[in-house]
Amino acid sequence: EGDPLITEVQEWASSLGEGVDATPYGMPIEFESDVVRRNVEWLTADQISSINFTPIHALDGTITPQGCAFERHHSGAITLKKEDYRLMINGLVDTPLVFTYEDLERFPRSQQTFFLECAANTGMEWAGSQLNGAQYTHGMIHNMEYTGVSLRTLLEEAGLDAAGDLKDKWVYVEGADASSNGRSIPMEKALDDCMVAFKANGEALRMEHGYPVRLVVPGWEGNMWVKWLRRIEVMDKPVESREETSKYTDTLEDGTSRKWTWAMDAKSVVTSPSPQMPIKHGKGPLVITGLAWSGNGAITAVDVSLDGGVTWQEARLAEPGKKMALTRFYLDINWDGSEMFLQSRAMDETGYVQPTKAQLREVRGLNSIYHNNCIQTWHVNAKGEANNVEVS
Amino acid sequence: EKLGLGRAATEAEVAAWDLDIFPDGSNLPAGKGDVWTGEEVFADACAVCHGEFAEGAGNWPKLAGGADTLDHEDPLKTVGSYWPYLSTTFDYVRRSMPFGAAGTLSDDDVYAIVAYILYSNDLVDDDFVLSKETFSDVVLPNAEGFIVDDRAETEYGTFTNRCMSDCKPGAVEITTTVVFPGDPNSGFDATPISQAVMGTAGATPDAAASTEEASAEDAPAEETAVVGEVAAPAVMALDEELVAKGEKVFKKCKACHKVGDKAKNGTGPILNGVFGRAAGTVDGFKYSKPMLAAAEGGLVWDETELSGYLANPRKYMKGTKMSFAGLKKDKDVAAILEFLKSHSQ
Repeated sequence: EGDPLITEVQEWASSLGEGVDATPYGMPIEFESDVVRRNVEWLTADQISSINFTPIHALDGTITPQGCAFERHHSGAITLKKEDYRLMINGLVDTPLVFTYEDLERFPRSQQTFFLECAANTGMEWAGSQLNGAQYTHGMIHNMEYTGVSLRTLLEEAGLDAAGDLKDKWVYVEGADASSNGRSIPMEKALDDCMVAFKANGEALRMEHGYPVRLVVPGWEGNMWVKWLRRIEVMDKPVESREETSKYTDTLEDGTSRKWTWAMDAKSVVTSPSPQMPIKHGKGPLVITGLAWSGNGAITAVDVSLDGGVTWQEARLAEPGKKMALTRFYLDINWDGSEMFLQSRAMDETGYVQPTKAQLREVRGLNSIYHNNCIQTWHVNAKGEANNVEVS
Repeated sequence: EKLGLGRAATEAEVAAWDLDIFPDGSNLPAGKGDVWTGEEVFADACAVCHGEFAEGAGNWPKLAGGADTLDHEDPLKTVGSYWPYLSTTFDYVRRSMPFGAAGTLSDDDVYAIVAYILYSNDLVDDDFVLSKETFSDVVLPNAEGFIVDDRAETEYGTFTNRCMSDCKPGAVEITTTVVFPGDPNSGFDATPISQAVMGTAGATPDAAASTEEASAEDAPAEETAVVGEVAAPAVMALDEELVAKGEKVFKKCKACHKVGDKAKNGTGPILNGVFGRAAGTVDGFKYSKPMLAAAEGGLVWDETELSGYLANPRKYMKGTKMSFAGLKKDKDVAAILEFLKSHSQ
C-alpha cells in the first residue's frame, strides 16, 4: 500500500521540535554517537601520554571537525588560559621578545588548510595487518583550516640580523606542558610556511589541540606541531632533543637510523568500504571513497584497484589537490557482488607514486616504526564485509 | 616592517625557560652527581615506572640494556643502546621528568640520575661523577648510528612507477590476515605485535594482558563500601567548592592514580574509597614493603594520616613507592582530601 513513513503522518511532521538555544554549543545528533575518537588502551603505558584515532571511516569531505580530530599528548592536555599565555622568542635574535595572546591577534593574519599526520600513523602495520579499521590504521591524521600569524612575521619582529647567514640556522620550538616536547626546525622551513595558529575551522583551538596557540608545520610530522607553544629559540645548531633522537627516528634493517625524516610522503587510504564500513546494500551502485595527502605538495591523482594492484583506474578528485592538505577521492562503480582487494594509490606533484609495503620494506626493513605510507589493502568479501589484509 | 608588538624579555625570564642542552654540553647548569647518589634519587623519583635498575616496569620505557639489538627484530632502544647524545638524557630528565612532577628535580639530582642511568647501562664505573666538566668525556655507543634523512636518494627516484594494468604476475592472494579482527579494545588476542609504535612505550602482549588483569582485579564496589563503613561515617558532608579545587590539585596525582567508575590500578592504586580505608588493601596492587608493614600495623587513611602522607610522602613513609614530592600548601592538602572524600561515599 505504501511506506507508512510516507503514508502516515509522523510525529516529527506534526508536533514541534526543539527551540533555538536548546544546546548553545551544538553536539552531533544522538544517532551519530558512533562517530568518535577511539584509542587502543594497551598500545601505551598510560592514557595521559597516549594517542587516539580520528574516525576517518565515517567522515566525508576533507575538513576534520575538531571534536573528533585525533589527540596525542606526552603529558596530558593542559588547561591554559589566554590571560596566562606567553610566547617567548629568544636566542640569536636582535631583541628577545615576549608576546601575550592579545599581541598575537594584532599581527597580520593568514589562513590555510593543512593536514597533520602523526609520524607513527600506520606504524602498527609494518610487521603485518594488525588492526581492523581505517580509524586505527590511518586515523592519526586530521585536516583543519588554521588562522594565525606566520612564524616568519614573529621572527622578523624579534629581528634576525643577529643570526647572520640564515642558511644553517635553526629554530627550537617547545610547549608549555610538562613534556615541553621540544623540536628543532631548520630556519628555511620556519621562514617558509610555518604558522603560529590560534583558530582552527573558524573557532578557538580545542584544549587537546593546544589551546590557545599551537605551531603549524605544513606537511611535516605531527610531533613538530608543538601545542601550547611557549618558546621559539633561534640557534646555530639543532638541540637533538628526546623527540628528535630517541623517538621519531626511523631504524633501518642494518640497525642504522634515519633522523630528521620530517616530511610525510604521499599516502592514501580507502575510508569506505573498510572494516568499520561494510557494504550493506548488496550488489549494484557503490561509492568507493577515501583520502589522499602529501607532505611534499599537492595530490595530482589517486588510483583505485579492485583486484589487489593488478589493474588500476583513476579515481575522481572531489576538488583539485591543495598543497599539504587532504584531498577527497571517489570511484563510483557497479559492484557485481564478487570479492575485492581494494587499494588506493596517491600521486603528488613531485612525481612520487605511493609505494607498496613490499617496496618500503625492501628499503627499510621492518623496524622503521614511523613514516609508513604504504598502499593499504581491504579484502571485501561477497557479503560486503571488509578486513585488513596483505596480498601477494 | 616591525610593528612594535610584544616587549623585551628579561634575562631572568629567558633563563627560566631557555633550558635546552646541546650535544656538546653547552647550556649545562653548574652541579654534579655521582652514581650512588643517583641510585638513591632514581629509586625515589624514577623507579616506580622505570624499575629499580632502569630495566622498566610494566609498559613504561626501559632505560638500560638492549646493546647490539638495533639490527634485530624489535630492537630494544634505551639510553645505552640507542640514544646518540647524553645531553638529551640530561635535558629530558631535567625538564620533563618525573612524569607528573616535571621540573621538580635539582640540577645535582639530575646529574646524579643521569650518572646512574649511565652506570645501569655499564657505560661508567661506580665511582663516576657526572658534572659539566666530565660531561663530554662520555660518548654513547650509538652516537654514530644515525644518518640524515636519505629518502630523496634511496626512495623518491624509485617510487615513480604508475602502472595501470598487468602490474602483477599471476593471481593475487592474501598473505597476511588481520591480527585483531574485532574491536581492538575488547577480545584481546595475545598474538605478538610490532614493538614501540608510540613515543612512550611499545605494545606487548604482556602489557596488554596485565592491563586486562588489572581491570579484572579492580576492587569490587561492595568491598570498598564495607571498608568505608567500618572506618568512616557513612555520609560525609562535602564542601563542593573545595571538592572542585581538589579536583584541580588532583592533576598532580592522576598520572599514577585513578578515581571514578572506570578507574583501574595504574602506577598507583585506585583511590575510590581511600578516605577511611585501611592502608595497603586495594586488590591487585603491589605495595611497597613499608606500606605493607604500615598496613600490618593497622594504618587507616583518615584525615591526619593522609595529610601527613601527602605533604611529604617520603618523609612520612621511608621507602614508599610513591615518587611524589608532596603538596607544599596546606590548602592544597585540604582540597585534595575533600576531593578524595567525594570519591569515598
